Amino acid sequence: MPRAFSFIIQRELRLALRRKGDVLNVLVFFIVVASLFPLGVGPEPNQLRAMAAGVTWIAALLAAVLSLPRLFAADYADGTLEQMLVAPQPLIVVVLAKAAAHWLLTGVPLALAAPVIGLQYDLPTDALGVLLASLLIGTPVLSLLGAAGAALTLGVRGGGALLGLLVLPLFVPVLVFGAGAVTSTLIGINPAAHLSLLGAFLAVSSLIGPWAACAALRVALD
Amino acid sequence: MTSDLFRFAAPQAFFPLAGKLIPWFSVLAGVLTLAGLYVAFFVAPTDHQQGEAYRIIFIHVPAAWMSMFLYVVMAGWAGLGLALNTRLSGMMASAIAPTGAMFTFLALWSGALWGRPTWGAYWVWDARLTSELVLLFLYLGFIALKSAIEDPTRADRAGAILALVGVVNVPIIYYSVQWWNTLHQGASVSLTRAPSMASTMLAGMLLMALAAWMYSIATTLCRVRSIILERERDAEWVRMTKERAAA
Repeated sequence: MPRAFSFIIQRELRLALRRKGDVLNVLVFFIVVASLFPLGVGPEPNQLRAMAAGVTWIAALLAAVLSLPRLFAADYADGTLEQMLVAPQPLIVVVLAKAAAHWLLTGVPLALAAPVIGLQYDLPTDALGVLLASLLIGTPVLSLLGAAGAALTLGVRGGGALLGLLVLPLFVPVLVFGAGAVTSTLIGINPAAHLSLLGAFLAVSSLIGPWAACAALRVALD
Repeated sequence: MTSDLFRFAAPQAFFPLAGKLIPWFSVLAGVLTLAGLYVAFFVAPTDHQQGEAYRIIFIHVPAAWMSMFLYVVMAGWAGLGLALNTRLSGMMASAIAPTGAMFTFLALWSGALWGRPTWGAYWVWDARLTSELVLLFLYLGFIALKSAIEDPTRADRAGAILALVGVVNVPIIYYSVQWWNTLHQGASVSLTRAPSMASTMLAGMLLMALAAWMYSIATTLCRVRSIILERERDAEWVRMTKERAAA
């Protein structure tokens, strides 16, 4: 089972490396969205500082939703997913490996790019670190719950917009605690409570997300 | 006894039963609404703080209760369908969703109309308002997912998974929003009203809540009958029913 897990991750990473555009586009989208906000609301530094965490997090949510339809689509189209379903390894290993690969390919780059956006918004250094930490803890949730959304909308008409409608409301706690951690740092409160709650939500989603994704994949491939 | 009840898990057996139950629940809903509205407008006293504006609670509070309760009932039917593979359960979940969404919208809308004279704003980012809005999004997502999938069996199962994930998340979303609200210092106004409520106000509200409950059952049964007919249109018994109705 650990072998199957690491094999699928390696396969996903190799496939992504051969089509770098897919990964880079999501990252560029994230940076573009975050850079548009000051143009819309004005360059006032105090206002931007107060908005920074929320804007970065919402841009991250949108970027994740944008990348999620591809999670299972290619394997579904060419029949690989069906083979994974009938393989002796439990389906949940496949789902977990795919979610992990998705996090490595989108969550981690987004988190690493976030401090740069924080600088654009004039965040102090300690808040930059918290922003990075909150994204590193929070983005796996997007991959785990997002996997369920991607599996539910597999091969469905208008999948992309529908996927957003399904998963964005479920991301509310991540947004609240992720952005809350940074905002509380700005007003001098220890962000540990927010980050712990974010971790707790990660634990809950790692139970619900893969289960729902497995069930949804079985339904889709029935 | 139990085997008799389980007989109604078959759409064919449930269809006539629902038909017989609908008039009862409709009449109950009508009578309770009339009684509730009478108490609400003629018996319940004017609130000394909010004046007449408070009377919106007679529709607002029952709508908010039903919106949350119906989501749980919907998820319950969905889970039952997923576990036991009964066709009727998925149809019930589909039939409940629009009523639930309607009550969620009604709660938000009536809340906005109440908020304007009382708070001076149609919308504030109060924890309850925000989580009710997220609940509306969850309903809309459920309905959208079901209508996007052609195959009814697949639509039922996919919807069931989504409803179950949603029902686990609803309390988490509620508490996270509540905490977010306190962090942001919230609006200076709060939803907590004067601690004691005149007993006639409470009576009116409970009557309206019961009316909303009966209405939900009646509309759900109506809708489930249409869904049964639509899905089983090729079945022999549906043809028989149509012939009988035509004769």
